[in-house]
Amino acid sequence: MTINTQYTKFRPQRYQTRVPIFWWVHKWAHLRFITRELTSVFVAIYAFVLLFQLWALNQGAETYALFLAWLRTPISIGLHMVALLFVIFHSITWFNLAPKALVLRLGTKRVPDAVLIVLNYLAWGVLSVVIAWIMLKA
Amino acid sequence: MKTRKSIDPFWWSLFGTGGVIAALCLPALLFLNGVAIPLGWIEAPSYEHVLTLVKNSLTRLFLFVVISLSLFHWAHRFRFTLYDGLQLKHLNQLIAVLCYGTAMIGTIASLYTLWGL
Repeated sequence: MTINTQYTKFRPQRYQTRVPIFWWVHKWAHLRFITRELTSVFVAIYAFVLLFQLWALNQGAETYALFLAWLRTPISIGLHMVALLFVIFHSITWFNLAPKALVLRLGTKRVPDAVLIVLNYLAWGVLSVVIAWIMLKA
Repeated sequence: MKTRKSIDPFWWSLFGTGGVIAALCLPALLFLNGVAIPLGWIEAPSYEHVLTLVKNSLTRLFLFVVISLSLFHWAHRFRFTLYDGLQLKHLNQLIAVLCYGTAMIGTIASLYTLWGL
């Protein structure tokens, strides 16, 4: 496994133009790109929140109740709303890019991008309903 | 994308699968657990119900996959965001270890938590 790719090895110093660190704030497309990449931070944070919830569940009814009480605080709700926006942005950008990563063929014909995108959104909708149904059925 | 792929297809495949799983499952989980139930729009399922649910092997497997792959998705994407966005190319190795390491710790913690129930 080679992690270090030795970026500058084949790029002599004299050919390097300096790029400012915040190169991505000046153009909407670049800012959107960075925002899209940063959705992953919220994905990870929520994975840990979920893990924490399972841990609380593991500790017993009292700890779990404390955790639910924390979820009801305005700070938690606010943070979750922000995270929800980012996670939804992740889903949308991910599904819209799916045809670029996956080329499906039916016979000799390529399945149109729009069909793939619609299928992704359908799967998203169906799975969300299934998750809600399993979680909430009494 | 092409250069990323050639750098390490293994991490990239975890990133890709994690991206799909997170895109499909996280909004619903986050909305229900973090917004709708706390705001009282939906009645919270009882402790016993959630416990029974999570004790089911399929639920455990589902939660494990969601948590672990979401973390590996983040690890890979965040690594390259630091790389491209902040141009921290000289810290490449350290960043990779921190990112994938965090994902691994989360994975082990979720294994421990889920199967310790």
